[in-house]
Amino acid sequence: MFSDYSMSELGAIFAMQGFAGLILFSVFVLMALGLAIIFGQMGVINMAHGEFMILGAYVTYLMSNLFSAYMPGLFSAYFFVAMILAFIASGALGLLVEWAMIRHLYKRPLDTLLATWGLSLILQQIYRSVFGAREVGVTIPDWMMGSMPVTDLIEVPINGIFVMVLAVSISIAVYVLMFKSTWGRQVRAINQNRVMAGAVGINTEWTDRLTFGIGCGVAGVAGSAFTMIGSTGPTAGQLYIVDTFLVVVFGGAASLLGTIASAFSISQAQSIMEFFLSGSMAKVLTLLTIVGILMIRPQGLFALKLRK
Amino acid sequence: METSNRFLSRSEIIGFAVLAAVIFIVLPVALDTFRLNLFGKYLTYAFVAVGLVLCWGAGGILSLGQGVFFGLGGYCMAMFLKLEASTPENTAIQSTPGIPDFMDWNQLTALPAWWQPFNSLAFALLAVVAVPVIFAFIIGVAMFTRRVGGVYFAIITQAFAAILTILIIGQQGYTGGVNGITDLRTLLGWDIRTDEAKEILYYVNGVLLFAVLFAAQYVRKSKLGRLLIAMRDQEDRVRFSGYNVANFKIFVFCLGAAFAGIGGAMFTLQVGFMSPTLVGIVPSIEMVIFCAVGGRLSILGAVYGALVVNWAKTTFSESFPELWLLGLGGLFIAVVMAFPNGLAGVYAEHVAPRIAKLFNKSAGDDMPGAAKTPAE
Repeated sequence: MFSDYSMSELGAIFAMQGFAGLILFSVFVLMALGLAIIFGQMGVINMAHGEFMILGAYVTYLMSNLFSAYMPGLFSAYFFVAMILAFIASGALGLLVEWAMIRHLYKRPLDTLLATWGLSLILQQIYRSVFGAREVGVTIPDWMMGSMPVTDLIEVPINGIFVMVLAVSISIAVYVLMFKSTWGRQVRAINQNRVMAGAVGINTEWTDRLTFGIGCGVAGVAGSAFTMIGSTGPTAGQLYIVDTFLVVVFGGAASLLGTIASAFSISQAQSIMEFFLSGSMAKVLTLLTIVGILMIRPQGLFALKLRK
Repeated sequence: METSNRFLSRSEIIGFAVLAAVIFIVLPVALDTFRLNLFGKYLTYAFVAVGLVLCWGAGGILSLGQGVFFGLGGYCMAMFLKLEASTPENTAIQSTPGIPDFMDWNQLTALPAWWQPFNSLAFALLAVVAVPVIFAFIIGVAMFTRRVGGVYFAIITQAFAAILTILIIGQQGYTGGVNGITDLRTLLGWDIRTDEAKEILYYVNGVLLFAVLFAAQYVRKSKLGRLLIAMRDQEDRVRFSGYNVANFKIFVFCLGAAFAGIGGAMFTLQVGFMSPTLVGIVPSIEMVIFCAVGGRLSILGAVYGALVVNWAKTTFSESFPELWLLGLGGLFIAVVMAFPNGLAGVYAEHVAPRIAKLFNKSAGDDMPGAAKTPAE
């Protein structure tokens, strides 16, 4: 399959597909970060994670319309406002959901899975009723359009670079939150030993709620970033949910670094194979490889050593 | 759970008899052939739900990939029926007569080798059970001997559902793609599309369902059934008692897969097609809700669950299509939050004591295994 291309062309193909893989990687990282917080730290399976992401995307869509209608002068900056609002909207919904539903189910992880799936169906239907069944796209500000030529053969789109920068900055933010802030210390303490964490005076209930909220908020930001490279429909979240769970499980549930490493390897493998095989076969092969590796190493790539 | 070691306690005999009366007498009398065929379709999901009661309710293994086994069983049946429907006379207008139409559309000129055995009904019937079981066995051995369980198992089975759907849709020339295998006509020359055939198939389906129910009841009453429950509640203690936990899990997972495969084959026969929309993540997780609504601990409850949820789905999506998803979502949440033991739990808590009081007997002998143990 390589014989049809010259060496320099092959190099360019790998670079371009690699870059496409980097964009996919950024999307995976953004989606998986929220899940790594919720699933990795709390052990809660949130099947509605994709819908929290879509909420962020719809908030961005609303902001884009609002700014172009009332504040065209500030349009080039609307995205940053939208991102903050997306975080607040998804985070607030997350807090509400945790309070109403999740907190009753901490001891029954499989039931959480079913209940959040139900939640995802309800949210999908609400999106469909409010925004219509058709996919909507946002207007991308001018400065994000176009692409940057690197060499004669290789070009990279600017919105892709922007999403990558976003993914990196949010990863750093989550890392700092997780490992440097009081909240992060509390979350990790609860993950390691809930009873002892409560005994030393950590408000475990409130920390759980906040953790779930922040995880959902990060998903909202991911959805916001997602609008820069694709359109949004009511069921778009469902398309990514299995991939995202696999990313988190493959990386080792409790490890942020593992999540990023697995998002990287999965996205690169998929996008490079996509060029040579059909898209569906590339996806099948990628998924099968992940499942195969998980069978050999069920704890994922990077596992925390914990006494359970 | 109940203490009786008999195969069927008295209330269980009544339960089975009531279900038999509903399936074999009430529904055929009350419904026209079209509706009866619909209920036959719902009952094919009951096969999956009964398997899930064993895997999930008794064994604590939640598989979100039962659609895979349902689909494999259904596809095995559909492949045989498709080959029978694709005689050279029927397909004379194709560029290669004698192969299924979708292969011709995808420029295939010969039947692929792995389709060849499906010319034989005996092989197809064997494959309906064997293919899902072999598949489940491979997954089971790989997962359970590595002690993967709980939510990880659920996510990975879900990935399998995704993989199979993508594969079927992607390999259009071999599988019929997103449309599935359609236009099935006869079974050994017997037209399955007539009203009469549909009624006969409904009864065949009912008899098979009862065979599956008795098999499930046998497993529940055997030592294996008790070990499954012990494993669900305290896996390590069972392991330390010297049992090989993985083997029991593999067995029950394979059994659930076999049930699902039979259900899938009956689906194909009664509905007349098989498509990837019945295989993927969404249908697989809906199958879990049939089981959860009926009561995850009760095999009879699972049958009612499949009937009630599907009937509600048809009724609501006919009259209020936009409300159905809200209703289904609400059902998921309600059944988890408020009724963890489903209809069977409601029956055991509220209905059975009143019936018992009515007949002035002790209420100790309840619906099969319902609501005595907390969920999970």
